[in-house]
Amino acid sequence: MRIVADIGQCEGLGMCEAMAPDIFEVGPEGHVVIHDASPDESRRQDLQAAVDACPVLALTMQD
Amino acid sequence: MTTDLRRLVVVGASLAGLRAVEAARRAGFTGSITLIGAERSAPYDRPPLSKALLRADAPASVSPFHTEEHLRTELGVDLRCGAPATGLDIDHRRVLVGADRVDYDGLIIATGAAANAWPLGAGVPGVHPLRTAVDALAIRAALDAGKRVAVIGAGFIGSEVASAARARDLPVTVIEAAPQPLTRSVGPSVADVLTGLHRSAGVDLRVGTQVTEVHQNASGVTGLTLGDGNYLPAELVVLGIGARPATGWLRDSGLALHRDGGVLVDATLATRAPGVYAAGDVAHAPLSVFDDEVVRLEHWTSAAEQGAAAARHLLDPDTARPLQTVPYFWSDWHGHRLQFVGVPTADEARVIRPEPEQFLALYRRGDRVVGAFTVNGQREIMRYRRHIVGHAPFEDALAEAGAHDRAAV
Repeated sequence: MRIVADIGQCEGLGMCEAMAPDIFEVGPEGHVVIHDASPDESRRQDLQAAVDACPVLALTMQD
Repeated sequence: MTTDLRRLVVVGASLAGLRAVEAARRAGFTGSITLIGAERSAPYDRPPLSKALLRADAPASVSPFHTEEHLRTELGVDLRCGAPATGLDIDHRRVLVGADRVDYDGLIIATGAAANAWPLGAGVPGVHPLRTAVDALAIRAALDAGKRVAVIGAGFIGSEVASAARARDLPVTVIEAAPQPLTRSVGPSVADVLTGLHRSAGVDLRVGTQVTEVHQNASGVTGLTLGDGNYLPAELVVLGIGARPATGWLRDSGLALHRDGGVLVDATLATRAPGVYAAGDVAHAPLSVFDDEVVRLEHWTSAAEQGAAAARHLLDPDTARPLQTVPYFWSDWHGHRLQFVGVPTADEARVIRPEPEQFLALYRRGDRVVGAFTVNGQREIMRYRRHIVGHAPFEDALAEAGAHDRAAV
């Protein structure tokens, strides 16, 4: 499981950080910084919530 | 999934409606899904209509989330766009679309909201609400033509249109009946900063006044007379005066409606009618995180969350749990990002940082923090959300604000 952010699309709205703050953070440039791009399978639900909550559809999950 | 439900009908080809469809398929639902929408197009994203779409350097077009082909073949949707639902029979589990009847086992109402009417300017060319792609493209064309702009209402929509006009160096006047912009969304004590953002960007902001007359010639609107007697020339008038739930079709259904026409649901989004849920701008739902305060939210994040949850709960009611919604909105004004998380209905809104370009206010209800409002606070806003959702003491949020200030030095 891998999480990919489209930085060109990201507007730093922070919903991913709200859903999984240990994995996502809005960084100094105002875009998402991913702390762990291949998290454990047990985090799937949190990651799906983050992907679904992104208002600019900048996140995708790949198996 | 434990269901004998075979026919799912979603009324409203909106974000909430689309998320309901996607969540149903993701949950393994293999029955039929009918998606009924009033507009001609497949579901599309609305926040860009008052933001990116109005920029001179952005394409003047609106793309749907998914093509109709994708909706039909990949998601197995019977898509019926361009014909609004006209009635609901909860006893026979049937949606009426003009002369057509669509039977359901489960129904999700996601018809959203429609722009409030403005009788003074009804039918006058050049006077536009901003709710749909058609509205937005007409406003974009008028901005491209360099028209003088007047905006009625200094809420989100009005303020974003004013920002778009100023970014093109067009003169713009915003007319607001209240003493400050956005009072209902952020509370009166912090709205001063918003007045400052508009005025320093060159917006002619007229507060505490209303339009009394609309002037027009053969080609459309030419200007407005205000309550104070002043005359404003304008060839484009944009209405940002709020929206009301699009529930005319439910009037005779027997479904319990709020006095504003919205659909009353419980914390799992269920109505009292069997097999009927509501999601998005149309729904009045209790907020579990905020003492079950019942609110109707017009926010992207709640529409997305509620649409998906309504479908999951409808298909598997035994696992339905109250949503843990924390309201969140953002808006872009003159290059500044405004963000609000939580609720503004508080005992106190304390301004922590008054500087307009790095503003921070925290909202206290009793001894807990219930809201945070920032300007250009992208890096800190979600930290306050964690305190809010965790019912944390107000002091914890204050400490977070202090910690953030030290980190920024």
